[in-house]
Amino acid sequence: MTETAARSPQAILEARGISKLYGGLRAVDDLSFSVKGGEVLGIAGPNGAGKTTLFDTITGHTIATTGEIELGGSSILGTKIHARCRMGLARTFQQPVAADTLTVLENAYLAASFRRGRTGRRSRSDDVAAGQAALKLVGLEHRATMAASQLPVYDKKRLMIATALATEPLVLLLDEPFGGLNPREIDDTLALLRRVRETGVAIVCIEHVMRALVALADRVLVMHHGAELFVGTPGEMMRDQRVIDVYLGASGSGAE
Amino acid sequence: MTAALDVSGLVAGYDRTVVVRDLSLSVEAGKTAVVIGPNGHGKTTMLLAISGLIKPMSGSITLGDERIDRSSAESIAGMGVVHIMQGDGLFADMTVEENLLMGAFVSSSWRGRRETLKRVYADLPVVESKRDQKARTLSGGERRLVGLGRGMMRPARVMLIDEPSLGLAPVAIEAVYAAIAKLRAESGATVVLVEENFTHIGGVADVVHILETGSIVRSGSFDELSHDRTVVETYLGSITDVTT
Repeated sequence: MTETAARSPQAILEARGISKLYGGLRAVDDLSFSVKGGEVLGIAGPNGAGKTTLFDTITGHTIATTGEIELGGSSILGTKIHARCRMGLARTFQQPVAADTLTVLENAYLAASFRRGRTGRRSRSDDVAAGQAALKLVGLEHRATMAASQLPVYDKKRLMIATALATEPLVLLLDEPFGGLNPREIDDTLALLRRVRETGVAIVCIEHVMRALVALADRVLVMHHGAELFVGTPGEMMRDQRVIDVYLGASGSGAE
Repeated sequence: MTAALDVSGLVAGYDRTVVVRDLSLSVEAGKTAVVIGPNGHGKTTMLLAISGLIKPMSGSITLGDERIDRSSAESIAGMGVVHIMQGDGLFADMTVEENLLMGAFVSSSWRGRRETLKRVYADLPVVESKRDQKARTLSGGERRLVGLGRGMMRPARVMLIDEPSLGLAPVAIEAVYAAIAKLRAESGATVVLVEENFTHIGGVADVVHILETGSIVRSGSFDELSHDRTVVETYLGSITDVTT
């Protein structure tokens, strides 16, 4: 048995017994996990294991069939996506998305404006300042006036992280932030996410790029057919025979 | 040796933005050329220009002994160029199998579609397990696998593959690269494959090209380039704290 991913007293985000059914298909099957401030929980698993669907139930993009989700000790189950964002949940997506007709800075301060009241910011200029700070954190300040549609993939992925950070979240959910990046970009993104975790933000990160996940995550939850297959440290994961069989593959060298 | 595909002095981009600058690349028949390079430096743009999805601003592209840089994407596809793009481009309301069959839509490959389908299913069992599901119900990674499988539904003269490892689990990447290696060995297709890094390409690359700021800046065998210090520092990364 592995240690359980759930039940931690200082957890900021706690999900218990989450299931999501599509007809007879259990896309997410009785899954529990929790994450503390400053902690990184990695989520891995074969394609179609239910990782993104799990994220969708947390953020409210889809409604969990059963289960409980608490943010800062309060249930968020009955609330809408934007309300969950205001409570401190932010996420990025597999496909880089932004408001394409807006500039990079407009994207960032629009995101910041979502949590204006909650973060002590009072005015639009406060939001702009927060947007600028987020762009600086991800290294995009030189692109501030460019239309988001003009950004190459890596910059668009960084903008997504910046807009999420501009809301000053308690929990940051990242869906494959390293996919499609080259090694240098992976290193830079790792350094960025380490800085974010040092500020006390809890990070939950879906990722297939094992060398990045292994370098970043404190614990990893591996999903298979919607359910928990494994929970443990990255090192334990790389040696776990079940994980090697269904996910890492025969070479067992996902981290090379 | 005869070049199956020859790109010479290619300039290409979008509107007035030039992305590919004076790029030249020649691929011998039956060989696999892997093009590595940073994001935003022109790898995908080069593939789009070859398959006719964008018009080159200047330069020539030759397939065998025929110029194709002024041809339409349909006629280039008809000449045997298969392009597996980065986005999956699936028909959301069609099943996985129907989507795969669309890959054999060209009349020359339609007759053999059942045999080809069996082969693709054998190579990508995950895809077979979803054959009756509508594409819209698949995960992002599963859609990628179906997109790759669809590209393999037609015997290609030249196959262009844009980042086959993107968004896939390690096991799935193994399966995809094994399928590419098999395809290459059995069909004799000429392949141009684009990736972000060296991790998975060792088993398939006959030659590796490095594309930076729109042009090929280095070329060599996988062994040569993966032992070159400047290349390694740029393309293999510097993470040392990986637990294996």
